[in-house]
Amino acid sequence: MAKLKLAAYWAAGCGGCDTAILDIHEKVLDVAAVADILFWPIAVDGKVKDVEALADKELDVTLLNGAIRSDENEHMAHLLRKKSKVLVAFGSCAHMGGIPGLANMFTREGIFERVYLDSVSTPNPERTVPLTRSTVPEGELSLPTLFNKVRTLDQVEDVDYFMPGCPPAPAQIWSVLSLIASGRPLPPKGSVIGAENGTLCEGCKREKREKKIAAFKRFATSQPDPNQCFLEQGHLCMGLVTRAGCGHRCQSSGMGCRGCYGPPPGVLDQGAKAISAIASIVEASDEIEAERVFAGLPDVLRSLNRFGIPASLLGRSAR
Amino acid sequence: MTFEPKIVGILCNWCSYTGADLAGTTRIKYAPNVRVVRVMCSGRVDPSFILKAFEEGADGVLVAGCHPGDCHYIDGNYKTLRRNVLLKRMLADYGIEPGRYRLEWVSASEGERWAQVVNSITEDVRKLGPASFRPPKHRLPVVDEKKAPATRTQNG
Repeated sequence: MAKLKLAAYWAAGCGGCDTAILDIHEKVLDVAAVADILFWPIAVDGKVKDVEALADKELDVTLLNGAIRSDENEHMAHLLRKKSKVLVAFGSCAHMGGIPGLANMFTREGIFERVYLDSVSTPNPERTVPLTRSTVPEGELSLPTLFNKVRTLDQVEDVDYFMPGCPPAPAQIWSVLSLIASGRPLPPKGSVIGAENGTLCEGCKREKREKKIAAFKRFATSQPDPNQCFLEQGHLCMGLVTRAGCGHRCQSSGMGCRGCYGPPPGVLDQGAKAISAIASIVEASDEIEAERVFAGLPDVLRSLNRFGIPASLLGRSAR
Repeated sequence: MTFEPKIVGILCNWCSYTGADLAGTTRIKYAPNVRVVRVMCSGRVDPSFILKAFEEGADGVLVAGCHPGDCHYIDGNYKTLRRNVLLKRMLADYGIEPGRYRLEWVSASEGERWAQVVNSITEDVRKLGPASFRPPKHRLPVVDEKKAPATRTQNG
């Protein structure tokens, strides 16, 4: 069998997804044994012009991580789609918008003002802001243009598979790569791969009793019991509205789930579903009492839809 | 052309829907702007229903259920009451004005009150104008074995 041709690319993301691929450790050598990595800016030498020189559909698989936030991201998404047989939206940002997607609560201008002009830790008396084109003695320089809103890969290009996680668990990456390398039939197009179909709660080993939340606590200021369900102790855990498959990495290190694997099948909006579930188990029988309990949960949208605002029902702030 | 608000009403079967029915049989005249959806209990109203109504172009959403203590299923409306607190905050985060969404208690005997509630939210939404929310047409790829694969959509 001819060797597979692989590519991986980093759009608007933090680079953690690329590191997660390297976290399969020595198995990366097994990948190299069955596949040629033609393009992977973080790990192997290769230029965009090399990708442009490939024949259409020459790449067998491209793992694209990061959201689509600039014209460069969008251009690369279109280019890699054209050159790949299978395009995988890899990680929370490509899947749902991820942490960069939180920018959808603001405008691009507002973000620029905050970051370059108003931030107290950024003295900028000349009011220098990045420009997409600037002339220097050596010639003209260009930077990508940021879009006003962050999009998921699926909102820009045709995606074959979605691989959730911030970042995807290395064991899941290995299982997906070995499935592709084995030549066995792949799941139907549009599937979420490298994850399970239930919720994280179902497989959680923590002891579960009756859930009644009288007050919310924060992980930074209160130490939860290591064996009991976080929610029962008043610590926010998104396990009940999050797809399983991560291997309970956060719960086993004493943190509640933050929802990076996205909603389980059939759920349209992870944040709305989280409201539904969490409000059901809060102890309050009138609005004043409920306000008092929820005062411990200050940032509703960004706590309950931390990784998925661009993919949520409304997708962005109307402002 | 004058602006006529489109408001989605989600009403519990036992109190509010019956109350709205009473408003009709009593021949009370009130604003025709609320499109009613009947559910068995206001506790059945998942917050995503309200987001979806706004996503699909509603200018306002009204949820109505039994008064606290009167729920046919004992405590369904207490769940609604608690969700409402978080949902209002989430809608504000999405930039949706508070006047566009309301939770009201309307009993089966309150036909008059139902008419007042509808008139009042209609006026509030009329003042706010059409929902500025014109969201991109897309959603999370929901993949079910039975369903067709997610299709690609674009937004600007």
